Amino acid sequence: MTSVEVTRAEVCVVAVAECFRGDGEILANPIGTIPMIGGRLARASFEPELCMTDGEATLIANDAAVVAPEDRVIEYWNPYRSMFDWVWSGRRHVMMGASQVDRYGNQNLAAIGPYGRPVVQLLGYRGAPGNTINDPTSYWVPNHSPKVFVERVDTVCGIGWDRAADLGPSARWVDIRRVVSNLGVFDFETPDRSMRLRSVHPGVTVDEVVTATGFPLTLPSEVPSSRLPTDEELRLIREVIDPEAAREREVPPA
Amino acid sequence: MTADKTMTAEEVVARLRSGMTIAIGGWASRRKPMALVRAILRSDLRDLTVVTHGGPDLGLLCAAGKVRRAVYAFVSLDSIPLEPHFRAARQSGAIEDEPYDEGLFHLGLQAAAWRVPFLPSRVGLGSDLLRDNPRLTTFPSPVGSPEPLVAVPAFTLDAALCHLNRADRRGNAVYLGPDLYWDDLMLQAAPSGGRFISCERLVDTAELAAEGCLHQLRISRMTVDGVVEAPGGAHFTLCEPDYPRDEEVQRAYALSARSPEAWESFRAEWVDLPEDEYQRKVRS
Repeated sequence: MTSVEVTRAEVCVVAVAECFRGDGEILANPIGTIPMIGGRLARASFEPELCMTDGEATLIANDAAVVAPEDRVIEYWNPYRSMFDWVWSGRRHVMMGASQVDRYGNQNLAAIGPYGRPVVQLLGYRGAPGNTINDPTSYWVPNHSPKVFVERVDTVCGIGWDRAADLGPSARWVDIRRVVSNLGVFDFETPDRSMRLRSVHPGVTVDEVVTATGFPLTLPSEVPSSRLPTDEELRLIREVIDPEAAREREVPPA
Repeated sequence: MTADKTMTAEEVVARLRSGMTIAIGGWASRRKPMALVRAILRSDLRDLTVVTHGGPDLGLLCAAGKVRRAVYAFVSLDSIPLEPHFRAARQSGAIEDEPYDEGLFHLGLQAAAWRVPFLPSRVGLGSDLLRDNPRLTTFPSPVGSPEPLVAVPAFTLDAALCHLNRADRRGNAVYLGPDLYWDDLMLQAAPSGGRFISCERLVDTAELAAEGCLHQLRISRMTVDGVVEAPGGAHFTLCEPDYPRDEEVQRAYALSARSPEAWESFRAEWVDLPEDEYQRKVRS
């Protein structure tokens, strides 16, 4: 148990790290500030075989989340095109963002509203269809709200468990693992693969999560609290991985 | 006497036609052939289909009303995550949309380069991509179990435009940054007569490998019809190691999507001027 005060952002970092537990020697590819810090924490502690990018064209061994180019310890040259070698051969676990995510884990980052004439055009399909049909995929949502956690996403970019079930054997590698938000951790370990509240972050009530979610969540009879970092994890986060505390800007203290 | 393929950006544009399908190299706001794009912006070309890992190239062409159709997997300015001019074009219904997954985009170019009608993939199944891009169809695998696969049609290009760090007069070129992106494949996929590169600096063939390493010599003259020497030709996108992104100009560009007046003012300041004047302005 930790003796100092732990921030919400640090709980999120640990929750992200836990998504990669057991992944072994694959490319852990968390996208975003807290995801990158969490991925680095997993590798620096309980999942040492993970490979990770510098966010650009190399795989690096450094523990720090942000590394100056000249300080990189480069393991591999990984230009964008190489990513498909890992994705299509099943050697990657990506954590993407989601402008919308629904109860079966379908994800949208292309457009809000009707696709043909969107109300809000976003990034595009990006690599979401390919990521989700080939590899484990998790999501990070720093601003949990009913606008993000929706009953049905407007456009399915990353496919969820219901779409996977309809596909049959073509979906044999689909594994929508977890969603981590600023309020809690979610998984799909239910009979119909609908989203379940796995844990709430300390300081958050189950009611808050339910209110901020636009569909009925599966709730265990007793919702655990998201785990706190160990003293060693806290040291790694604060002194080694994210000494500039970028995590606190992405998820400010409650 | 060997062929000297050097030409001006205006001469490149003179070989393009309205209605063409043009691939643009680089990635998001990185090493985009912006001098060539600016020359298109100043021309009468219109109704273009733009094939791109999209950045301000697509956004500028949208803002100037040059685009009929966008073929892309994403559009971003990197440091500004969403491309405002592209968004405006999509939200107003001004352009047709042909979306891909990034990997499928790769296969469409590769199919064209290899002269096969399509390449297969599992990617796209279950997603709405097959709904939103009717050019993507499925077929049962003819080998093994007849599981459905997606046929990614070859991208039929009329031209490709890329910006490299160094090139010789015959069209061999080298990138000096960390990533070639899809430049080589775009040039391989485009037909003879439509393949153009700009470069930061023309060098002798013997000097091509001098600054980088052997493995960066990835553009062959077999895939290049014209070479434009355009120092600063990727500005305001980054062109490592020659220069970083000009975030100030990119910010001004992004803000110019706020109103027609803002765009007209950006256009007057950064588009409607000769390239040498543009580059003087950048340096000042």
